[in-house]
Amino acid sequence: MSKYTYETKKDTRSGFGAGMEFLSLTNPKVVALCADLIGSLKLEPFIKNCPERFFQTGIAEANMIGIASGLSIGGYIPFATTFANFGTGRVYDQIRQSVAYSGKNVKIACSHAGLTLGEDGATHQILEDIGLMKMLPGMVVINPCDYNQTKAATIAVANYTGPVYLRFGRPVVPVFTPEDQEFIIGKAITLIEGSDVSIFATGHLVWESILAADILKEKGIHAEVINIHTIKPLDTQAILESVKKTSCLVSAEEHQINGGLGDSIAQFLATTMPLPQEFVGVNDSFGESGKPADLMDKYGLNAVSIAEKALKAISRK
Amino acid sequence: MQTQELVSIASQVRRDILRMVHGCQSGHPGGSLGCTDLLVSLYFEAMSLKLNTTNDQVVFNMSGLDEDVFFLSNGHISPVLYSVLARKGYFPVKELSTFRKINSRLQGHPTPHEHLEGIRIASGSLGQGLSVAIGVAQAKKLNNDSSVVYCLMGDGEQNEGQVWEAAMYAPHHKVDNLIAFIDVNGQQIDGPTEKIMNNRDLQLKYEAFGWKVLHVNGNDMAELQLCLKDAKNLLGNETPIMILMKTEMGAGVDFMMGSHKWHGVAPNDQQLEEALNQLSETLGDY
Repeated sequence: MSKYTYETKKDTRSGFGAGMEFLSLTNPKVVALCADLIGSLKLEPFIKNCPERFFQTGIAEANMIGIASGLSIGGYIPFATTFANFGTGRVYDQIRQSVAYSGKNVKIACSHAGLTLGEDGATHQILEDIGLMKMLPGMVVINPCDYNQTKAATIAVANYTGPVYLRFGRPVVPVFTPEDQEFIIGKAITLIEGSDVSIFATGHLVWESILAADILKEKGIHAEVINIHTIKPLDTQAILESVKKTSCLVSAEEHQINGGLGDSIAQFLATTMPLPQEFVGVNDSFGESGKPADLMDKYGLNAVSIAEKALKAISRK
Repeated sequence: MQTQELVSIASQVRRDILRMVHGCQSGHPGGSLGCTDLLVSLYFEAMSLKLNTTNDQVVFNMSGLDEDVFFLSNGHISPVLYSVLARKGYFPVKELSTFRKINSRLQGHPTPHEHLEGIRIASGSLGQGLSVAIGVAQAKKLNNDSSVVYCLMGDGEQNEGQVWEAAMYAPHHKVDNLIAFIDVNGQQIDGPTEKIMNNRDLQLKYEAFGWKVLHVNGNDMAELQLCLKDAKNLLGNETPIMILMKTEMGAGVDFMMGSHKWHGVAPNDQQLEEALNQLSETLGDY
């Protein structure tokens, strides 16, 4: 078994809430906006600590993005928060014009990304948000893997000047990142070193990739597992160093294959070091209602699928 | 400032607009001419702006802290904003000649992306400016900054849903350091607003949302000056202010008025000459 274990499971959105609670006490320039989803975004401690720095927009996400942009002009660091579907796809043009093109220091922080939103179904399960956001010039895109990393990422993006999309999720997942681990935007984290195949994962799929490495180890295969918490800017150096050792790779994400992390990696390697690559992600399909774990199994976003794709990548060397 | 001085500046701004649009054979002269008197009265009288104490030149600070700020939501009337900013001293007047040309800071629609002094937000995709203005107004309140935020929208722009999200938000949050305008020229691209998408009674609508609504003839400089004074006196009463500003597209050029034809069409050489003959060159062409 790998060296990674966990004592508790927590949701990444609670990591965000904890990060915001920290910022409420430490950074007077941070303000928060929410479109009628305070509980889901775990914003209660922030609001309790600094009610004057919280702005309830009601169910009006387009207006929320504009208000956030205005607050940033006035010198504040706004976190505009809602579900990922409503905070990206629904307001794409508002983000494009009033945030990205205008170069504003707005953090779009969204929960309930991907299939693991569960029972609410495909209307709410956005699987295109990483692609939408990474296409915007200048936009930083971050998808942390667990509670501790989401908390650290929240604090880190407040200290970074520029537009950021911070994506996290609803379900409880293993907490395995050290509580004191520094979050460096754009710096990938190598979790397991290996020589046979590189697994580049983001968000909830990082833990599944650790489990996949265990499955592969039993077959005598040494997988390297790298946590790409920042999809943009991509840590191309870490990717290149890894594939130079392994000569094949798998990308894993709770997102459409089209437009996601794997896409970014493939685009980079196509021009530097083309190698066999397999993709774990949703393959041009909407999600559906169901329990998060059942959905991840049905759509092949789990350790078994990652291990299978790793074997396929190795066979194509 | 005397009304006549403002009228004189407006004449030059109208010349600038026509020459800019003619120079690149594209852009939106109609609405720009219609809103010229408002922007001149704002920037040259109503707004309190930060000036360099040694040379009285405008100092541009993105945050707009402790000074009044203006947001143009209907960004397609960029020529009037660019001319007024240049004439106020934000950037060299000669730069107006680069409007809509390659490598220019004067993009077709305003943007801070090219670091043009005086521009704080991109606009052009309609319906977004009021939200931004409200955000800035709320930041001013957090900063204990008592200056004022102004925002101009078009009447066609009222079709956009986001406008009404913002309309609902501002009174709810008591954003009472904000004066917004709607340029009621009754026209949008496909025809008269009442035929394309009828705004019906904008006063009733905004009052129902909780705004204080005023009316003004936006092409009467003296009336604008009085209205802006009245509006400022109404600030600080827990209510945002909306001024329904009746204008004539193409105001100042006889053959451009009373028609929607000049929304997004540039004059040819002969038309430019005919138009410029109706407007005195008061400050010197760029």
